[in-house]
Amino acid sequence: MEAYLGFRHISKTFPGVIALDDITWDLQAGKVHGLVGENGAGKSTLLKILSGTYMPSSGTIQIGKIERVFKNTREAIHAGIAIIYQELNVVPDLSVADNLMLGNFPNHFGFIDKSILYKMAKIQLEELGEDFSLNTKLKSLSIGQRQMVEIGKALMRNAKVIAFDEPTSSLSEREVSKLFDVIRKLRAANKVIIYVTHRLDEIYEICDTITVFRDGKLISIRDKVSSVAREQIVADMVGRPLGNIYQYRPRKLGEKILAVRNLQGPGLSAPISFELRAGEILGFFGLIGAGRTELLKALYGATKASSGTIEFSGQSNSPSIRNSISKGLMFCPEDRKKEGIIPILSVQENMVISVRRRFNRAGIFVNSKKEQEITSFYIDKLKIKTPSQQREIRFLSGGNQQKVILSRWLAENVKILMLDEPTRGIDVGSKSEIYNLIFNLAESGVGIIVVSSELPEVLGLSDRIIVMRSGQAVATVYREEASQEKLLSLALPVS
Amino acid sequence: MASIKQRRPSSSNSIFKIFAAFWANAGVSVFFVIMFIALSVFVPNFFSIPNMIGLSLSVSMVGMVASTMLFCLAGGDFDLSVEATVAFSGVMVATLINKTQNLPFSIIASVFLGAFIGFMNGLIISKLKINALITTLATMNIVRGLGYIISGGISVGVIEDRFFMIGNGTTLGIPNPIWITVICFIVLGVLLNFTVYGKNTLAIGGNKEAAYLAGVNVDLVKILNFTLQGAVASFAGVILTSRMTSGQPTASQGFALDVISACVLGGVSLAGGSGTMGGVIIGVLIMGTMQNALNLLNIPTFYQYVIRGIVLLLAVFLDQVRQKKVNS
Repeated sequence: MEAYLGFRHISKTFPGVIALDDITWDLQAGKVHGLVGENGAGKSTLLKILSGTYMPSSGTIQIGKIERVFKNTREAIHAGIAIIYQELNVVPDLSVADNLMLGNFPNHFGFIDKSILYKMAKIQLEELGEDFSLNTKLKSLSIGQRQMVEIGKALMRNAKVIAFDEPTSSLSEREVSKLFDVIRKLRAANKVIIYVTHRLDEIYEICDTITVFRDGKLISIRDKVSSVAREQIVADMVGRPLGNIYQYRPRKLGEKILAVRNLQGPGLSAPISFELRAGEILGFFGLIGAGRTELLKALYGATKASSGTIEFSGQSNSPSIRNSISKGLMFCPEDRKKEGIIPILSVQENMVISVRRRFNRAGIFVNSKKEQEITSFYIDKLKIKTPSQQREIRFLSGGNQQKVILSRWLAENVKILMLDEPTRGIDVGSKSEIYNLIFNLAESGVGIIVVSSELPEVLGLSDRIIVMRSGQAVATVYREEASQEKLLSLALPVS
Repeated sequence: MASIKQRRPSSSNSIFKIFAAFWANAGVSVFFVIMFIALSVFVPNFFSIPNMIGLSLSVSMVGMVASTMLFCLAGGDFDLSVEATVAFSGVMVATLINKTQNLPFSIIASVFLGAFIGFMNGLIISKLKINALITTLATMNIVRGLGYIISGGISVGVIEDRFFMIGNGTTLGIPNPIWITVICFIVLGVLLNFTVYGKNTLAIGGNKEAAYLAGVNVDLVKILNFTLQGAVASFAGVILTSRMTSGQPTASQGFALDVISACVLGGVSLAGGSGTMGGVIIGVLIMGTMQNALNLLNIPTFYQYVIRGIVLLLAVFLDQVRQKKVNS
């Protein structure tokens, strides 16, 4: 059967990153095409190119018989593309009818024709099997109902291609089965359906074909889902060489320095307990939104834990950031630009922001000689590439910025270092330097907690790995028994 | 350990960008010097000792308040309520003096009340997380209203002559308000450059979230910024009353914008995180010089408003261009 939609050699590069690498993929009408891959595999980027949000760096999209690229979202909508995002694009304060027709109002010279609007909207809702009133405000509907409105909107625009981006992540079981009924109807109506998900069970239930992306590349396309084993899909998703840039170094672990018991807080759906020993590297793996960052922030005192205890070297600690820092519990955030660096301040200011309080004169005056000494010491020690200490940090590369943030805590008396995605957006050279530094710290008795979405990184660094899934810890895996397949299988949501 | 000041690379090609880069580095001072020389040459009576003293005196209040506004702006906030605080505390000090005849008490009490207004601003902005613009717009109205209530809407004449010395007396031939302004520049300049508090203010303005995660007490710094701002604004109000020999509830309308214009002209970023006391001083002098020249040239007041508005827009535009450079 001939393909209705085709991606032809689509590539997309961002500065320093290849998000999509020569993707060619044919999709037939009347089928549900499953698309899976780890976070960062390129699924969302592909949808954004399909929706006209991004222009591809090269390649074209074939729609019907025409090959083209969309310059903006309007063009994509006119070509019959609709994307149902995880974060729905509905206007909460407008009615169902208004949302259904948004951007497409039946009108006479700009005045909306209410009677036609309601007639059309009514028909659409009935087709979707929904019976809520057209005047209901969107904000009073459930997520599932809002999703139906979004699908209705796509159909009103006569969409031929409908892509779903993790549509079931916040639906109840009943809503999921209703959604699947609608998707089957769409398939019967000969639409092209793209179904992006992390839930492999759903692939078997609803999809006809399955395609796996990894690191921006299309790894496999299989036309008969039922004949593909689950293990095979996971293997396609992770089959990445581990490489040896980590150079794991075994070491003797010391005393227990951190004990977390039944900790609960924002973003954590179940109480979590674990321990950390001096010199140990504990990894946290999970998909985005699994609650790893939230856990670190609660430990650090950046957000308030609702219950549970944190024992630090045997003493219970009520976490506040200043309290944590003074006890030696440090945190390097995931989003360097937003939460780590102060872009317009110098390397020195960024580095000594915390430690300077130790060298104050008369309690308030900064000791700039001492601050310069510290800065120059760590610039040498960590080989930070900067023309001077006074260089604004925004001009440094990501790797060097990260080294400045690390120095901020090394200059303190660090006992536990929590690293959230420590090498995101960092070149390979700096990466291996940072890994080396992590091992050095561990050898000197610092307890390390690493959160990473990169499987090789977690596997390469950690002595022990806790896997998190939708806000809870689901398993602890020791280094000896850990593998990419095992970790990912544990991290993927179950329906 | 040499701390070489690094020049920013100018990878720009448009005229505006080049001008903005120039402005960000040395531009303001050079601009001021050129303007000053031009005025000295072309405007009669401009370059004379009496006129220079008059010029400085006319911007002394803007200067004082700008030195603390620098902290608010550098911390990423804004304070519009200063103009009402000036009027309120001017009326307050006049009323207190007339009631108690106790000068030190009246002045200290007025400044304390001003600091309290600032403290409340800071508390609301940091703890309730309400936008600084809206908060200070609201307190501006509240405080302006309080000034009217205390005074009954009319100016309050001061009956104690000694009080007028503060604003009208001279020391070493230079009017006292100018000295006070210079002291403000020095003290707050030292606070900004040499203390943890000043450094933390810049860090918060540069990236609040990062500063918070690095252990900076963001709320405390913000509250301090606004408290200082309130105290200095109300002291400016005391001086104003002393100079005018009466407290005016309608005084200093539009004053906050003058102060903010001076800061922005002096290279203080509205986005927070950058600003120097030297820049603020130049900005204040540009404002004063401009106003002085317009007066000497007999430009009618109505036109002066238009010109001041245009200058503010220009300054903000330059700030915008500078920001784009930072973000790119």
